[in-house]
Amino acid sequence: MKGIPASPGIAIGRVFKIDQDISSNTSYEVGTRENELEKLNVAIETSVQQVEEIKNSTLNKLGAHEAQIFESHLMILMDPELITHIKDGINTHGNTPEAIESSTQFFVSMFEAMDNPYMQERAADIRDVLGRVKKNVLGIMTGGIQDINEPVIVLTHDLTPSDTAQMSKTYVKGFVTQIGGATSHSAIMARTMEIPAVVGISNSMGQISHGDLIIVDGINGLVIQSPNEDQLEKYTKALDAFETEKASLKVVIGKESVSLCGRKVELACNIGAPTDVATVKTNDGEGVGLFRSEFLYMDREALPTEEEQFEAYKQAVEGLNEKPVIIRTLDVGGDKNLPYLGMPKEMNPFLGYRAIRYCLDEEEVFQTQLRAILRASAFGKAKIMFPMISTIDEIRAAKEHVYKSMQVLEQAGIAYDKNIEIGIMIEIPAAALLSDLLAEEVDFFSIGTNDLVQYTLAVDRMNEQISDLYTPYHPSVLRLVKMVIENGHKAGIWVGMCGEAAGIESLVPLWFAMGLDEFSVSPSSVLRVRKQIRDLDSKKLMTLVKETLSQENAQSVKNYLDNHKTFNA
Amino acid sequence: MIQRTVTITNKFGLHARPASRFVEIADTFEADIYIKKIGQKANARSILDVMSIAAGAGEIIIVADGIDEKEAIESLINGLDDIEGNE
Repeated sequence: MKGIPASPGIAIGRVFKIDQDISSNTSYEVGTRENELEKLNVAIETSVQQVEEIKNSTLNKLGAHEAQIFESHLMILMDPELITHIKDGINTHGNTPEAIESSTQFFVSMFEAMDNPYMQERAADIRDVLGRVKKNVLGIMTGGIQDINEPVIVLTHDLTPSDTAQMSKTYVKGFVTQIGGATSHSAIMARTMEIPAVVGISNSMGQISHGDLIIVDGINGLVIQSPNEDQLEKYTKALDAFETEKASLKVVIGKESVSLCGRKVELACNIGAPTDVATVKTNDGEGVGLFRSEFLYMDREALPTEEEQFEAYKQAVEGLNEKPVIIRTLDVGGDKNLPYLGMPKEMNPFLGYRAIRYCLDEEEVFQTQLRAILRASAFGKAKIMFPMISTIDEIRAAKEHVYKSMQVLEQAGIAYDKNIEIGIMIEIPAAALLSDLLAEEVDFFSIGTNDLVQYTLAVDRMNEQISDLYTPYHPSVLRLVKMVIENGHKAGIWVGMCGEAAGIESLVPLWFAMGLDEFSVSPSSVLRVRKQIRDLDSKKLMTLVKETLSQENAQSVKNYLDNHKTFNA
Repeated sequence: MIQRTVTITNKFGLHARPASRFVEIADTFEADIYIKKIGQKANARSILDVMSIAAGAGEIIIVADGIDEKEAIESLINGLDDIEGNE
């Protein structure tokens, strides 16, 4: 079955299926009313203990903020109205699992019906908690991601950030999700954690059972169920080859990202949390080219305070001691919705009220973040980057905000880097086309290919039906990239790229030949890209840009580049 | 029995965390405590009830009935002030 390749690598193993929907075919012996009520009590007690344990281990591993959600879960477990509702159900149904199921439906639909996105999301908490109680009544081992203690491949509907945080890299060899795309949260986390993954297998999920032997091919986006001898052999070999290649990349650790012709580029990483700095270091990243600050705002109930943000940015900046950390200001909206902000649902969220457009309106939100970044800049080398810029006025307004924050800090006598670099994402065609003028206003550009592709090609990157039209190889996209790099250089500023395309093997030589100064990629791609760059020779790249840009469509570009991946021969 | 009207200012009502604190406070008293809002009545010791009745901004009536009803109402209203002020 086919899904979307989310994180490269191969995994072979047994499935650990995390199923929201407990199959009704489990045999269950109904007892007397007293028996059933007793079973409910025992199951609730067991559930309380389990949630307490999860809460404590989350507290130790991730901190108080992440553990809070389990506090609410405990409260729901002990809710007197809920328990009464289930007991009433036992009186009418005479069967505990059925009573739990009907109470689940009752409360879930009550919360889902609320005209309030925050409360609608609580329905998931109720489902989670009652699902656990029901499993305990049925005597099914509760399959939570934190309970895994042997090598497995996790199969689930979708992974939440807390799932991925609780996932043990020692045991989870790969994962497969029903929904999501290459740039969904699960996919990004998989690449950061270097776990092979395939996402968006849609309805195929139902065909795979807990305990099945499967192969996850994260390179081609394939999931092979009950593989035959041939397939097993082929993939075992591929797995070995992949591991060998990974080991061979270790030789470029500590080396410079410099081509044969002597041009050095900066090879940085994309991260979502200060804890990712560890992965950046193991992979020898030369800095952070994109710190997606929105992750600090996600999975919580209110905006993070200045202190919380300051601590997070400081941790990242200090962790990389003096290597650059580019912090992108809040990029909310589009596919990243923060329920507590109460932003209205839009017809076209990707073309709507998001990122800098929102921040320029919400002065307090923006100022809080800018002060936090500036304060962190006193502890290392932070840079500020604004997302979704489409006009020169937005840059000027955003810079005014920075100066205002600086004044506030100045007056309070708080240290910050007065020469902090300020740059923008180039992810809207309007910005690319105007890059000659925009370059006069900033210290750097970073090309965000994920959005630049979708806006240039008018292809919604979340829409699976047109996913074949979504491609960075389209000659129009490549022409825009070339234009941005040239305009940046003419104005004397450096130009980087932080979209997925920065790490695509066949595109790396092209970006290099176009003169890209900085590549920001997933930590797991750093060594591969460095090795590739160290083999490039500009003399052999002279005609590459011209030849590529004269291709008529994405397919011919891709074919051409696939044939020219290496230039050292 | 005594009752007091309070206004929830957060447009999303009481979130899980403040609602938990409200329930925790209610749990420390003997009195029967419930919340009323246009024709609905919720048990103040039930997080699901509290969250669903206080799901948006607006007025709610806190009712307490029992030996410590006065202290209960005071604590709950102070608690709500703290909660709303902190969010």
